[in-house]
Amino acid sequence: MRVQFKTSYDTDIRLFKDRYQLAWYAVLGATLIALPWLIDVFMLGEITNVLIFAIAGMGLMILVGQTGQASLGHAAFLAVGCYANVILQQRAGLPFVVAFPLAGLISGVLGALIALPMVRLHGIYLAIATLAMSVITEDIIIIAEPLTGGVGGLFAPDISLFGYVINRYGDPAAFYWFTLAVTLFCVWIYRNLLRSPLGRAFAAVRDSEVSAQAMGVNVPKTKAIAFGVSTFITGLSGAILGHYIGVFTPEAFNVLVSIQLLLMIVVGGLGTIHGAFFGALVIALLPTGIGMARDWLAANVGLTTTAIPGLETATFGVILIAFMLFEPMGLYGIWAKMRTYFELFPFYRQGMFVRQKSYLKTERMR
Amino acid sequence: MSLLSVRNVTMKFGGLVAVNDVSFDVEKGEVFALVGPNGAGKSTVFNLISRFYDPFEGEIVFDGENLLDHAPSDIAQLGIARTFQNIELFENATVLQNMLVGRHTHRTSNLLSELFFLPSVRRAEIAHRRAVEDAIDFLNLHAYRDQLIAGLPYGVRKVVEMGRAMAIGPKLLLLDEPASGLSMEETQDVAFWVEDIKKIRGITVLMVEHDMHLVASVSDRVMALADGKRLALGTPQEVQNDPEVIKAYIGAPDDEQEAA
Amino acid sequence: METIQLLVSGLANGCIYGLIALGFVLIYKATEAVNFAQGDMMMLGAFLTLGFANSNFLGLPFLIAVPLAILSMGVIGYLIDIVIIRRLFGQSQVAIVIVTIALGFVMRFAAGNIFGFEPQTLESPLIGRDVTVGGIFLGLDELLVIIATIGLTVGFWLYFSNTKLGIAMQAASQNQLAAYYMGIPVKRVQSLIWAIAGMMAAVAGILYASKGSIDPNAGLLGIKAFAAAVIGGMGSLPGALLGGIIVGMIEPFASRYIPAGYSQVMPYLLLFLMLVFRPHGILAQVHRKKV
Ligand SMILES: Nc1ncnc2c1ncn2[C@@H]1O[C@H](COP(=O)(O)OP(=O)(O)O)[C@@H](O)[C@H]1O
Ligand SMILES: [Mg+2]
Repeated sequence: MRVQFKTSYDTDIRLFKDRYQLAWYAVLGATLIALPWLIDVFMLGEITNVLIFAIAGMGLMILVGQTGQASLGHAAFLAVGCYANVILQQRAGLPFVVAFPLAGLISGVLGALIALPMVRLHGIYLAIATLAMSVITEDIIIIAEPLTGGVGGLFAPDISLFGYVINRYGDPAAFYWFTLAVTLFCVWIYRNLLRSPLGRAFAAVRDSEVSAQAMGVNVPKTKAIAFGVSTFITGLSGAILGHYIGVFTPEAFNVLVSIQLLLMIVVGGLGTIHGAFFGALVIALLPTGIGMARDWLAANVGLTTTAIPGLETATFGVILIAFMLFEPMGLYGIWAKMRTYFELFPFYRQGMFVRQKSYLKTERMR
Repeated sequence: MSLLSVRNVTMKFGGLVAVNDVSFDVEKGEVFALVGPNGAGKSTVFNLISRFYDPFEGEIVFDGENLLDHAPSDIAQLGIARTFQNIELFENATVLQNMLVGRHTHRTSNLLSELFFLPSVRRAEIAHRRAVEDAIDFLNLHAYRDQLIAGLPYGVRKVVEMGRAMAIGPKLLLLDEPASGLSMEETQDVAFWVEDIKKIRGITVLMVEHDMHLVASVSDRVMALADGKRLALGTPQEVQNDPEVIKAYIGAPDDEQEAA
Repeated sequence: METIQLLVSGLANGCIYGLIALGFVLIYKATEAVNFAQGDMMMLGAFLTLGFANSNFLGLPFLIAVPLAILSMGVIGYLIDIVIIRRLFGQSQVAIVIVTIALGFVMRFAAGNIFGFEPQTLESPLIGRDVTVGGIFLGLDELLVIIATIGLTVGFWLYFSNTKLGIAMQAASQNQLAAYYMGIPVKRVQSLIWAIAGMMAAVAGILYASKGSIDPNAGLLGIKAFAAAVIGGMGSLPGALLGGIIVGMIEPFASRYIPAGYSQVMPYLLLFLMLVFRPHGILAQVHRKKV
């Protein structure tokens, strides 16, 4: 482990811990920017999909991982972002550069407003309330047919950035770069949150509400803000998603998508930005992975399997259960262990990460 | 005028009268101790001051403000910091982060400036850290600065909680059993700190404590509670020698025989 | 006339929601775990019955298939606890929410691949039979649902308040630690609760299937049942049943008198109103943490 000498207050505040970390992220960033030249168009599309999920994941992570509020309803805000973005462009005639951030803002404000009655709820009540919200959203979109096209759905136009037109299929590299830029923006504001008072207030609310209150944190307001920031980011993701899938119906934002988003960040690792990305990789690449495994089996073992319906979701379910049983910190937990292993090589001891024994914390008491 | 004045406060939980018509004043600059057997209502008094509960009757005035007009999250802003009997730290955060939460009342930035981490936010953060480092110095917490609370020993957690309360920069510090579960040496440290908090920092202290030795050595005045009622109030000696207090602690053999 | 028919069909639906909610609340009350797979267990129970009874599967006599399915679901519930839930002890409630949702995915997958994804009907002796009471047509299936639910609830209540195990369960649900000190085998009681919840899911599933068709996504009905559980108050068994009946009764009247589209929203609207104005349900108790 690299020992770090802290010489100024700024050491904790900087975005990168030290030069090694900076170098590592610089390499990662350069690779991501160069990706369109490194992989084929199909994979580039897949990676774009990963980024879209990662943005949504970060949004949800702020709420669940950072503030400790479980939401089983975030597909609703994907929908809000997606529909608002397209409606603002097509009906209000706003250019994309205005409609896109505005869609995020609408989603954020709506999220904070909806949160207001919900912030008094805990654990299971909140989970059910958000689940119900997600169910209703589908119905509301259908009811609002004149605006949303009802069950028929809407077409997303091409993205037009200051006159430069980006079509997902016509110009996949540009679409990817745009998504990457939004992703980096979201990572940046997420990191900024973590190092400022509000981010600490989120953590305070997550870990002990009474104590947060005694420190002067207005708990309901903080939760509502967490909802707002979370749904703002998720809304942005929804807006890109709309352009990515081209045509969308209420079905694309049903309650199963909400559930999947939550499960995704859990598999990735709650409470970390990495977790959102790891989870997105799993969700977005699992179908492709299963498809490739099937092809491989057919080619190398001579075993032709017919497509098994629902295999992806079930596999995902099993992965998730395995994680909860053996590695509750998700993929991030595994990654952190590996990193420590290499940093300490050859001094890594078994049992360095022995889980703290925890006792049943009753959640009937608040 | 007293810094804190609790007037005829009564608190009921269902049929249980946890605090029964209790009054006391805490003067600026003193260390005031609340003693009494378990279940006497001491923590409930703290929780009432923290506004976690609405009292059934009575009023609480702090520094000229009627606390009952304020929400629980405004109490810290008014200058009252506290610790908890069973430690309520933010488990999944580091010692530094915990203490920085104590600076929340000094937050000058808003959502937007924080999302973009404007230079003003950076400057404020540095100021917060300076204040917190000061508390870390005072309580000798350097060794644990960047560790998660979840992995810390009990004694250290107690100290961190005190540090977090100090980071608020309060006028009044409420300490709920600061020495319970601590070793002899650690208790000694607490005694020194409480002295220093009073003398050097000029912070008024209201504390609940069972260790009579600690109470006698640091507090100026003591109030004894039993079954929610005030038994005695005076200097440590006076209270320790009060017949009512002795009876409450040792039990009242006569009464019990009568009841049986 | 029509009102009575709506009332009966609402009541029948409500009983099924209520039964799912009952299993959900039973587990919650006794173990603080939240079983989001209760709806899927209902679906699985229905399919198992169908698998045992229908002629294109095993074709057993209906009266053998039913207890067999109930028993199988009891075993499945028991296994879920000892293999998975028990090991999550000490993790947060959300962890269990997530695991049970994942279990639901797996059950849906299993049911779909074994029994098919198309809606199927249970070959029940009751299907399509009506009775006429005072000139009102009532489905025998609906009446059966109502009668069975009443019977089950009464039986359950008697069991809870009179048998040793029932009392142990009650004790465990009120204070696990204290129950443990009293010598109640809390872990075993917990597994048995999961077994009972599994059996209740099976009963709900059989009743559901005898009213219409069943497909692997029927478990999503569970969401409505959870709403019902909250409306009724998560802490109380009668409340769960009541919540289910309320939700069930709203639906037919809403779809009769309110434009389609809006009517589906009604149960959830009620849930929101409930959460905003009575956050902890009609009949529940939630305490604040003592510090
Ligand atoms: N939130 C609460 N709900 C119900 N009873 C409470 C609550 N808080 C405290 N009590 C009861 O009030 C009495 C006083 O408690 P407390 O103030 O914690 O005593 P102590 O003097 O030991 O700190 C006890 O009988 C306790 O059980
Ligand atoms: Mg106490």
